[in-house]
Amino acid sequence: MTLPLADILAILPELIVVAAACLVLGLDPITPAPRKQWLAWLSVASLLLCFGLTSLQLDERVMAFSDLVIIDPYACFWKLLLYAVTVLTILMSLAYLKEEKIHLAEYYGFLLLALSGMMIMVSAADLLTIYLGTELMSLSLYVLAGFKRAEGRSLEAAAKYFVLGAFSSGILLYGISLLYGLAGSTRLSAIAMSVATRRLDDPALLLAMILLVVGFGFKIAVVPFHMWTPDVYEGSPTSVTAFMAVASKAASFGAFMRVFLEGLGGLKANWHVLLLVVCVATLVLGNVVAIVQTNIKRMLAYSSIAHAGYALIGMVVAGQAGAEGAVRSLGLASVMLYLAVYAFMTLGAFTVVAMLRKGGLEGDEIEDFTGLSKRQPVAAFLMLVFMVSLAGIPPTAGFIGKFYLFMAAVQAGLAWLAVVALLFAAVSAYYYLRVVMVMYMREPQASARLEPRLAASPVTAVVLACAVAGVILLGLYPGPLVALTNQAVLALK
Amino acid sequence: MAILFFFYFAGVIVLTSILVVTLRNPIYSVLSLLIMFFHVAGLYVTLEAEFLAAVQIIVYAGAILVLYLFVVMLLNVKREERYHSQFPLAALLGITILTEVLMLAFLRGFSSEAPAVAPAVGDSAQPGEAIAGTGNTETIGEALYSTYLFPFEVASLILLVAMIGAIVLAKKKVGEGEA
Repeated sequence: MTLPLADILAILPELIVVAAACLVLGLDPITPAPRKQWLAWLSVASLLLCFGLTSLQLDERVMAFSDLVIIDPYACFWKLLLYAVTVLTILMSLAYLKEEKIHLAEYYGFLLLALSGMMIMVSAADLLTIYLGTELMSLSLYVLAGFKRAEGRSLEAAAKYFVLGAFSSGILLYGISLLYGLAGSTRLSAIAMSVATRRLDDPALLLAMILLVVGFGFKIAVVPFHMWTPDVYEGSPTSVTAFMAVASKAASFGAFMRVFLEGLGGLKANWHVLLLVVCVATLVLGNVVAIVQTNIKRMLAYSSIAHAGYALIGMVVAGQAGAEGAVRSLGLASVMLYLAVYAFMTLGAFTVVAMLRKGGLEGDEIEDFTGLSKRQPVAAFLMLVFMVSLAGIPPTAGFIGKFYLFMAAVQAGLAWLAVVALLFAAVSAYYYLRVVMVMYMREPQASARLEPRLAASPVTAVVLACAVAGVILLGLYPGPLVALTNQAVLALK
Repeated sequence: MAILFFFYFAGVIVLTSILVVTLRNPIYSVLSLLIMFFHVAGLYVTLEAEFLAAVQIIVYAGAILVLYLFVVMLLNVKREERYHSQFPLAALLGITILTEVLMLAFLRGFSSEAPAVAPAVGDSAQPGEAIAGTGNTETIGEALYSTYLFPFEVASLILLVAMIGAIVLAKKKVGEGEA
């Protein structure tokens, strides 16, 4: 059997990422300790190479490996986003891991392997391949969550994430197996054809659809499948939390939307209702429970749940049966836009959190931010920008993201949903601005025995500069990104 | 007939699965799991997937379950007393099985040119159709290395992650030789 060169070329970015991961893992034992960070730079270099390659593929539409893999603008959009997120995560990790004394080269290897899983998820045209990509991503993340092995919370996070993740994978797989039984194939195109010829109230089909919603719902952390999120986000090393909150959510959304719009597009009247309920529940619970959190990582965990709820609005619009094609495409494009914007602001916020130290530990209580504006005006201002953007206040990118989502909802005749989301965006302003209030309005307590300090480094400054530039520039001038998302949407049937 | 077998296997699978989670004694749980694995293998045979059935028995019942048993027994040292009363019975059964295995091995050894052709596959799962397994195995191999090459390689990456991940999480010294 020979491999066509075209197939290899199509998955060249994936191959490079995997090769870089293996290289990092292999070079680790023979690299002297002071030079370990060269491995991080190696990872970054490989990702920049992939970024260039994927940009070249942006206009193509190729199927490879007997139609199991698809390279289309949609997949390339997610890949570009994922590269950017991974590069920023690696850069922010350098200083953080040294502070935590867990600077191991395996960390970068696992980040790259998780990334390769995500890339497979977003560019697979086959349920089995998507499932394997999901597993590759999840397994790497389980290990990364438990990387701070000296700390009980981190191990607890890894164990919880592993058990619940394995359970949800089982549910996902059950849904996939039912669909395979009905369609006789795991390819999305074959499933779409089979769904088209079938009665839509077929109980097995509906059950399969519901199981898939549950499985993906767990990965993107929407209510009621969100229970793991706060504990895992709180316990994991902060850089890993940022990666999970941004990259794994983006990749899961990418795969989720492809499966439901391309594979189960014929069932949209059914899953539309289901997602509507999930979406509203997520908006309500995520935003309300975030108010009472005192730990900033837990608060950001609930905030990430709420943001998944906002993004779901776009997917609900894309599944609106009565709406015009253009409106549904707008819904899909606005999800992509929103997650890109969300990536920058969340990464920025987590980078500030990771920098804040109290003694030898992380300062991850909201109280630790008290009076930060007096001691570290720049960091406090950056955090202010990220919080304002997360709350969705202009002129930041968070506002643009929400604006496009709400506009799509209104155009699809779901004005009430936009109103509900707007109300809860107002609720969210309360807990985001509370952090700002603590930083700017309260005096630092002189009596505090362990004064929180910032562990800043030039590389971290670069990450923060990128994040804040993303938040402000996309807020003022979103045109290019909007054009890119419009170019990259899936063709809706 | 096929339906009858299906419901027998499915029924036992459900029953033993419930037993796995409800039984209080971990050893009994693991043994119920063993019975379940065997019946899943039976289900594969009714689907004419003899290769899968054999793999199910060799990998799950043979390798993974033994590992489970080791772990359970290592973790519950104190409970060992409970099984001592069964020692004579266990010894008797053990010796019987050992004798049978030895006899079979020797008889096979004397009478054979055949075993190279007949794969272990058909033997363990369905004595009647020893040869039927061959085509089955070939088909799976061909599908894995042509149509499903990509997912197959992804699966190998997953195993790599699992392996290194276990080592990273279980290694004693944290961040030795820190930068």
